[in-house]
Amino acid sequence: MVTAFYIASAVAIAATIMVITRTQAVHALLYLIVSLLSVAVIFFCLGAPFVAVLEIIIYAGAIMVLFVFVMMLLNLGPESAQQERQWLNPRMYIGPAVLSLVLLIELVYMINQGLATVYSPTVVAPREVGISLFTTYVLGVELAGMLLLAGLVGAFHLGRRRERREHGTDTTTQAADTESSPNVTVGEDS
Amino acid sequence: MAAIPLEHGLLLAGILFSLGVIGLLVRRNVIFILMSLEIMLNAAGLAFVAAGARWGQADGQVMFVFILAMAAAEVAIGLALVLQIYKRLQTLDIDLASLLKG
Repeated sequence: MVTAFYIASAVAIAATIMVITRTQAVHALLYLIVSLLSVAVIFFCLGAPFVAVLEIIIYAGAIMVLFVFVMMLLNLGPESAQQERQWLNPRMYIGPAVLSLVLLIELVYMINQGLATVYSPTVVAPREVGISLFTTYVLGVELAGMLLLAGLVGAFHLGRRRERREHGTDTTTQAADTESSPNVTVGEDS
Repeated sequence: MAAIPLEHGLLLAGILFSLGVIGLLVRRNVIFILMSLEIMLNAAGLAFVAAGARWGQADGQVMFVFILAMAAAEVAIGLALVLQIYKRLQTLDIDLASLLKG
């Protein structure tokens, strides 16, 4: 398990170096997902299975899907077909695949070793985390809820202005004019 | 079975954070800047979890959950701003988005 920690650390560092040196955003995203997966393995080795699962579900799942959607929205155009052909090139995904394979081998090895080896001596169970989260840190949970609500409203506001520009005038100067008086245009929309 | 030393966990967090800072400084594409921010937040969370595991307390994991919520809110706003910048400037070069400069 200690060796698993160091192998996963090496994978994380390698994947992160690849993230900041790629030229194509989607390739960097693939490496970033591998980096997050290896950090999840590290969390598991450190005896934190709850946040390991959260890392995979929320970081590597939800947040990365947001990035993918935004890239999809940005890459509209005739060059997207040519880009698609480039993405199908095996040379592009062999790196993330090899790094993920290392993590998979680690996972299979640790499962074969049995639960006694998988769990670290100082494992903090999800139950303790939940109890601590909803007793000691309940104020923090409320503040996080408010933060997420603010983020939701902010993202909706920014996205809405973009939509209105698509429906309305096409030049940016006129769009900037309507922006200065948002109340009037919002009334027109609704 | 020996436990993993705290120093190694913190060292890894430091390395990942430094890589995030390097990415933030050298890249000018706003998508890559957001990715570097994610790397840095992740490294900060790793430091919290490593410290929490060292003393067998749940507080480190609780802090990671908060960092996760903050990262989700940050990336939602950030990506909405990226779409706005691209719509307005037709580029993702962050140096061109200096309209607020006095």
